[in-house]
Amino acid sequence: MVTTSATRTGLEVRLDELRRSFGGVPALDGLSLTLGQGELVALLGPSGCGKTTALRIVAGLDEPDSGRVVVDGDDVTTLPASKRDMGMVFQAYSLFPHMTAQQNVEFGLKLRGQDGGQRRTRSIEMLELVGLSDQKDKFASQMSGGQQQRVALARALAIEPSVLLLDEPLSALDAKVRAQLRDEIRRVQLEVGTTTLFVTHDQEEALAIADRVGVMNRGRLEQLDAPEVLYSRPASAFVAGFVGLMNRVPTTVTGGTADVLGSRVGTLDGSIAEGQGDALVRPEQLTVAAAPGATSTVVHLSFLGSYSRITIRQAGGVELLAQVPAATVSDLTVGTAVTVSLLARTVLVASSDA
Amino acid sequence: MTASPRVRARRRLAAFRITVFVVLGAFFVVPLLSMASFSVRVPARGRTLDYWKQLGENPELRSAIVTSLELAALTVALMLVLLVPTMVWVRLRVPGLSRIVEFLCLLPLTIPAIVLVVGLEGVYAWVTYFFGDSSLTLTFAYTVLVLPYAYRSIDAGLASIDVVTLSEAARSLGASWFTVIVRIIVPNIGSALLSAAFISVALVLGEFTIASLLNYENLQVVINLLGKSDAQTAVAASLASLLFAFVLLVLLSFVGRRSSRRVTATVAPAPATSTTTPREA
Ligand SMILES: Nc1ncnc2c1ncn2[C@@H]1O[C@H](COP(=O)(O)OP(=O)(O)O)[C@@H](O)[C@H]1O
Ligand SMILES: [Mg+2]
Repeated sequence: MVTTSATRTGLEVRLDELRRSFGGVPALDGLSLTLGQGELVALLGPSGCGKTTALRIVAGLDEPDSGRVVVDGDDVTTLPASKRDMGMVFQAYSLFPHMTAQQNVEFGLKLRGQDGGQRRTRSIEMLELVGLSDQKDKFASQMSGGQQQRVALARALAIEPSVLLLDEPLSALDAKVRAQLRDEIRRVQLEVGTTTLFVTHDQEEALAIADRVGVMNRGRLEQLDAPEVLYSRPASAFVAGFVGLMNRVPTTVTGGTADVLGSRVGTLDGSIAEGQGDALVRPEQLTVAAAPGATSTVVHLSFLGSYSRITIRQAGGVELLAQVPAATVSDLTVGTAVTVSLLARTVLVASSDA
Repeated sequence: MTASPRVRARRRLAAFRITVFVVLGAFFVVPLLSMASFSVRVPARGRTLDYWKQLGENPELRSAIVTSLELAALTVALMLVLLVPTMVWVRLRVPGLSRIVEFLCLLPLTIPAIVLVVGLEGVYAWVTYFFGDSSLTLTFAYTVLVLPYAYRSIDAGLASIDVVTLSEAARSLGASWFTVIVRIIVPNIGSALLSAAFISVALVLGEFTIASLLNYENLQVVINLLGKSDAQTAVAASLASLLFAFVLLVLLSFVGRRSSRRVTATVAPAPATSTTTPREA
């Protein structure tokens, strides 16, 4: 669909030891991250961990106290935002209210001195890319939130940015539109091949959209890996806890193995070496079976289509959440005595207070 | 059962309102009507429009009208050039200073004109030295005078749009600060600028004290002088300038109403996830 930029490959972008503090409190505490050419990296972390600050520094809207931003080998740290050629989509709706969708998309092209004909062709092409060419004469006030964010995406991409920066672009939208637009952003990004940094606090969003996900905590990167790796081999308790639901099962580590729910399993890198801790176990790593006389009971059951979520209370009062194929637990109801066992061969064991 | 006392109360309120309206209306309208009648009457000879014709023909009056209109235009221009970039800048870069800037802009409201003149006299020694002693130098004093009203109006305009996000979006698309202000901010606060301009014009056209005490000639000063020799023409001129200001203020209220409607229609709903940093809001 887009002929002008489909052949372009993205540029490599490097964030190098970025530090930034506000009133003595560090928002970024030595953030380093390299985005490969055309790669989509999601920065994932709780609110206030420094994601927006990082993005603004990359965009040139804020300056780091120290550290560098390098695009395609060039240090752009001191370049003003208007000279960086970076497309940005904001969390808040940011279309210029006095311009139509098309005029919004043309704005950056106008500033680059393109003539009217070129601008029109390019802006229509971009609006087509986001599926909104029929809305080109509408003002922001006449469009839904999702449409506004699509136009904002088209506007950011129209200038053929070296990097695309997205700061929680979906967080103001309702769930259904959010999932749809998320997939659309990914499709468009693959189509134009622009290196992209996508910031979000929603782990599902990050895992669904990104080539690699960087989990941030307190201004630092805790782990940067492909979604599958992040999910199956979290590098720290924070990552494990933040990415997906997580059970904490008290256990003791001896000689590199731990006894979890009756199975002896290996421990992942990053686990405590020896002694008492909590095994971090995902709901889908558990199986549940009815067992008359067992000490654990089902306290809650929710049917979610092809699978069920079951809350089990163990003898000691500890609750576990299991997620299993619905067909395998059709015989369970609230109050059924059950045994819970572990499917995984290795687990991450964190110290109990981490 | 509760309805009848309530209805009675409402009727009493309506009656009260009408009374207030009539009394206040009379308070405003009677002097205006008297002025109008005075300005078209020649003692013992009936009615005439000669005095109104004088407005265009009396050379002193004419030049005073021109001067005051020029002063109004210059004041509006200087006010906009000073206030808009400053206020945008404060919002974007140093929001901590906004209280101080607001205080400074509202200050002229609290200083009596007489006191202001005492201070301005010293300053005007320099103003005269640099710009000559044309009446148009009153522009500087008048810009200070209109600051509180203009500030309020522009501030409301800026509050109705997301200045930070809009300008950051424009910046990332390659806009210079100048472009951001002229092509993004100004078009979106047009009605606020218009109302700031209108109220400034109305103030400047009605200003007497400062001009008179600093010995400059503007419309009101000349009207006052004229009043001693040709009372009818002076009254006609006063009435004309009053009516002009009145028309401006009526227009202003229309502009204000239209803009508030447009604002509700165009401002994006706040993002569902509220954040604590003002920047993201
Ligand atoms: N302009 C600012 N002034 C003061 N503190 C700020 C500013 N911007 C960000 N912070 C602080 O820096 C931290 C990181 O903020 P931010 O990058 O917005 O987090 P995130 O986008 O991950 O939610 C927060 O504690 C926030 O309060
Ligand atoms: Mg943020």
